[in-house]
Amino acid sequence: MISPMEKFRKTEVYKSIFRHKYDDTPRNRALQIVDNVFLHLHPVRIARHATNIGYTWGMGGITFLLFLVLTLTGVILMFYYRPTAQYAYEDMKYLMNDVPFGPLIRNMHRWAAHAMVITVMLHMFRVFLTGSYKPPRQFNWVIGVVLLLLTFLLSFSGYLLPWDQLSIWAVTVGTNMARATPLLGSEGPFGAQLGMRPDADVRFVLLGGTQVGPPTLLRFYVGHCIFLPLIASIFMVVHFWRIRKDGGISGPDTGKKNF
Amino acid sequence: MADELTPPSPAVPQPPQPVAAPPAQITATPIPKKPKQDRAPENDPGVWRMGRKSFLSFAGWLSFLGFLGISTVGSLRYMFPRVLFEPPTKFKAGLPGDYMVGEVSEKYKDSQRIWIVREKEGFYALIAICTHLGCTPNWLEDANKFKCPCHGSGYYKSGVNFEGPTPRPLERAEITLNDDGEIVIDKSIKFRYELGQWGLPGSYLKYTG
Repeated sequence: MISPMEKFRKTEVYKSIFRHKYDDTPRNRALQIVDNVFLHLHPVRIARHATNIGYTWGMGGITFLLFLVLTLTGVILMFYYRPTAQYAYEDMKYLMNDVPFGPLIRNMHRWAAHAMVITVMLHMFRVFLTGSYKPPRQFNWVIGVVLLLLTFLLSFSGYLLPWDQLSIWAVTVGTNMARATPLLGSEGPFGAQLGMRPDADVRFVLLGGTQVGPPTLLRFYVGHCIFLPLIASIFMVVHFWRIRKDGGISGPDTGKKNF
Repeated sequence: MADELTPPSPAVPQPPQPVAAPPAQITATPIPKKPKQDRAPENDPGVWRMGRKSFLSFAGWLSFLGFLGISTVGSLRYMFPRVLFEPPTKFKAGLPGDYMVGEVSEKYKDSQRIWIVREKEGFYALIAICTHLGCTPNWLEDANKFKCPCHGSGYYKSGVNFEGPTPRPLERAEITLNDDGEIVIDKSIKFRYELGQWGLPGSYLKYTG
């Protein structure tokens, strides 16, 4: 008696998607990884020390998981949130009070955002302590610093979106620092000499005006939802790819190569 | 056919040969001097030493880089709007007689972020933006000072700072009288004490009526 599952496995539909059997052999275990577009991002084999959570803390992976949580919950929030001065605050209130599971999704987004900033910094702290920024990983450290900056920018731009007094003043204070940008800020070193004015400098581009207003909300929204995640994703791809190219996840120095 | 496409190689002047150490006996034959070249050889296109294919390649890259450059400049310009939907910076603040001597008027604080201070000799307008990080300070009548709720910066009635983290005094806005005798304040024209601008015309409205 042949089971329906066995029968299904023999169909062309199944075989065109899954190209090999899943017998528990070393070869098939490797094929499972390399034949799957999502799993192939992970190496087929890893060093024994890579499973030692006490060494890496798993902070990079947790950060990426939080990024995925934020992307998913962020998309869900976008179904109700309108980035205009007239509606933004009310939509946030609506999400928190009347939308089914709205508070859950928004709080997940909020807490994951806070957690991501913390885990990114802990990840950086671990990489520093274990000396994992040293050759051949110098370039990946630099990419990591860019990702840290992008995380801060994502956190900062998202802070404006509730459009309440707290967020407006926080962003007012935060973007006032942009006035002092060297060369590009109206009050920064060499800014005035290069023709920067309060209505034509880097802060003006950031705000879409000379003060935090409706154009700022729209700019921060587009930056928060599209531009910054896109840039961060590109840097993440390179970051993960470099881990493998630089010899896999770092581990204790055993005096010999891990692979 | 292929020969026509390759440009003729130009005559390249030979670098001077290193002179060997003088031998014991002088037997060197004189090096024939090349005639000085004062005109291009025949069929030499000069600076336009470029075939058809390399010209097309050059033109293609130039177009592509030009496209990228103009697109970048255009995108940057796109981020600077021509029209700002922001409130006007100039406003009328009523007649001088509306204010009492010694008063710090908060009449226009909510709408314009401006305090109008009346002294015996005249008026000045303080911009209600904390010079520390941009919050709105409060006027404390009893303590006779401006105090920022964010980080505790404090200013005298004149606007000069004396406590808290702020590095400099409040800014003053231009204050004038118009033809109808009304006070006009322009917030876009600012006077900064630390730059010695509080004595400039427009920073103080003399009025003793």
